[in-house]
Amino acid sequence: MASSTERRGTAAPILAADGTPLKQALRRSQSIERRRALALVAPLLLFILIVFVVPIIAMIWRSVYNPEIREFLPQTASALQDWDGTEVPPEPVFQAMAADMIVGVENRTIGRAAARINREIPGARSTMMRTARQVDEWSAPYREKFIEADEDWTNLEFWRILKRETRLLTPTYYLLALDYEYNAEGEIAPRPEVYQVYKGLFFRTAWMSLLITGLCVLLAYPVSYLLATQPTRTANLLLILVLLPFWTSLLVRTSAWIVLLQQQGVLNDLLVAAGLVDDNGRLRMIYNRTGTIIAMTHILLPFMILPLYSVMKTIPPSYLRAAKSLGAHPFRAWWRVYFPLTLPGLAAGCILVFILAIGYYITPALVGGETGIFISNLIAQNMQGSSAQLKLAAALATILLVAVLLIYWAFNKLVGVDKLKFG
Amino acid sequence: MNDAKSAEAEARASNASGAETSDMPMVRFEEVQKSYDGETLVVKNLNLDIARGEFLTMLGPSGSGKTTCLMMVAGFEAATHGEIFLDGRPINSVPPHKRGIGMVFQNYALFPHMTIAENLAFPLEVRGINKADAQKKVQRALDMVQMGEGGFHGRRPAQLSGGQQQRVALARALVFEPELVLMDEPLGALDKQLREHMQFEIKHIHESLGVTVIYVTHDQGEALTMSDRIAVFNDGKVQQLAAPEVLYEKPENSFVAQFIGENNTLHGKIRAINDGIARVELTDGETVNALAINAGPGERTQLSIRPERVEIDPDGSVTDHTVTGRVEEVIYLGDHIRTRMTVAGNSDFVVKTRNRLGARRFKPGEKVRVGWATEDCRALDSAG
Repeated sequence: MASSTERRGTAAPILAADGTPLKQALRRSQSIERRRALALVAPLLLFILIVFVVPIIAMIWRSVYNPEIREFLPQTASALQDWDGTEVPPEPVFQAMAADMIVGVENRTIGRAAARINREIPGARSTMMRTARQVDEWSAPYREKFIEADEDWTNLEFWRILKRETRLLTPTYYLLALDYEYNAEGEIAPRPEVYQVYKGLFFRTAWMSLLITGLCVLLAYPVSYLLATQPTRTANLLLILVLLPFWTSLLVRTSAWIVLLQQQGVLNDLLVAAGLVDDNGRLRMIYNRTGTIIAMTHILLPFMILPLYSVMKTIPPSYLRAAKSLGAHPFRAWWRVYFPLTLPGLAAGCILVFILAIGYYITPALVGGETGIFISNLIAQNMQGSSAQLKLAAALATILLVAVLLIYWAFNKLVGVDKLKFG
Repeated sequence: MNDAKSAEAEARASNASGAETSDMPMVRFEEVQKSYDGETLVVKNLNLDIARGEFLTMLGPSGSGKTTCLMMVAGFEAATHGEIFLDGRPINSVPPHKRGIGMVFQNYALFPHMTIAENLAFPLEVRGINKADAQKKVQRALDMVQMGEGGFHGRRPAQLSGGQQQRVALARALVFEPELVLMDEPLGALDKQLREHMQFEIKHIHESLGVTVIYVTHDQGEALTMSDRIAVFNDGKVQQLAAPEVLYEKPENSFVAQFIGENNTLHGKIRAINDGIARVELTDGETVNALAINAGPGERTQLSIRPERVEIDPDGSVTDHTVTGRVEEVIYLGDHIRTRMTVAGNSDFVVKTRNRLGARRFKPGEKVRVGWATEDCRALDSAG
């Protein structure tokens, strides 16, 4: 006690006018400010939580959630836990299965369980449904009667899969999304090549997005430079031209590209009229990869121009002049002085365009044809299918989300997001 | 003084490089005209020779064409007509990076993404000078501007104060040893005290290196302090090209008289000119003598008299002649006293008197006689 007062004596806390320590008084006076600030952003936070965070969590949950067997064959699921998988399960398992089937038929849920297993082992559904229709006429012991009704009940693979899928969380959909599956031995193996779709599409989406980003850089850099070096009036006019596409519906813009690029379209007509292309050899520029790349580069271009322009505008022309007066060739002056200073804008534009591109849906769907679609198009396609496809869509979307986050993280490590200038 | 200096510079040049460059000015403007819009001339028929080793200042209000002239020398603006010679070579078609001219920009234009050492090494790097030599030169240049020590090499421009940035910009313009250095209002962004200090430093560097400097400013004090010669620009023309003291004491037209230093103006009409002395009738009817400069008999004229050359002279014993003035305001400034009075209808007539012992202080409303020597009063055109 004495020592503490002594210590306080040597470094006495400064007191506010009413005698409370100054630190405490400061905290109290600031807490009101803090609460007010929080109240101002609360509606937005709540909104984001409800419409953004919660759905994403729900999506991720759905992509791994696997309740069918456990829910619709509960007794079988628990009876199978002790089974070692080396031979056909003993009577109690069959008894449990019979009981589950009777309940399942009554509640009309047996079909869903059967469908779930059928996805893993084709044909299992009909076996189960056929047996389920008869099982209420049987009595114990069930094992022989099951086997008598259908040889498939002795299939060890069937039982093993059944046991495996009693787990609540499953990686099945992620395996599918990456073109893998469980083989007959229950090991993870690549799917047959004809079924491999998604991995290739992920890579294609990535490199096409990269290509689109690169094209945007090539087109946007000179335009932004022009914008930044023109007098304000001209620059504003040009900027409106850049922004004009923003104010036009995405669908309109995409349709305009269809009009321009299709085989009977404007561009082909011009090429034929100019004699550059034979009438029979009209170019295919749409409903394929080319179409997607052209249309998306156009649509995403403003996202590259705006950050570049805003950064370039802040670079005084005297830097380039100084570099030249110091003896640097104009190109060298540009490369050593101007270009490095535009990097924050360039990096911002690249990450913006790339992330937008990698998840793009509408344009590839409209002009992509077979070869120009993106992963989002297959996600959308799966979302309209069965519940299993929905889960696959969730898995695909989650992979895409993680990939984007990873890219962002790597980008942050390499460039530093705090250095970016978005506009 | 100026003539002596340029002669000396020429002599040095002829000793160094033989007869053919001996009479070659460092920079020569020959009938140079510049227009941006094809309607008005920003620079009107400029003829100007700048001697080797000279410190020439282009002084003028904004829009007078002085910066345009500098940019034409640097190569960032092309002359619409005429030719600029650098050391005898026409340079109109030489791109800026091949001119080898050092330049200090108004806002320094230090490259923000490079360190101080990298900024200074840049002109050496583009010239392919090897690293070790470059390092030595960088150090020497930084020493010259007193930034050689204190760990500035690795810092970025944004981490330096305005004055330090200015020094670095100066060092960068000098590090590749150009013969000609252009400075575009380099001290404009500094506070007054630092600006005055840097004026002396730049002057000293100029003297010790012997480089030719073309310096652009709108600050006449700066121009008077630093220059060998000053070209006063207005309206695209050089109004007067002379050494600072000539410019101040013998302005050739009313613009220069007004622009350089403080000036008292009296309006009147020239009645007659005899032996270069004009009889001028002031607006209030009094008649005074003045040196006839650029106004003829019968023309309206502006008389220019510097405030410190006016004496308060009640009995007319000190000066050539006196006129009546009414005291409006007396301002005590310590070392001198400013008395604002109305003389011949001009209520802004200022008299500066030394604050000597026993100097009389007048009261507003008092009527006094003021006078000056005839050669201190110049009859100029009435345009300015």
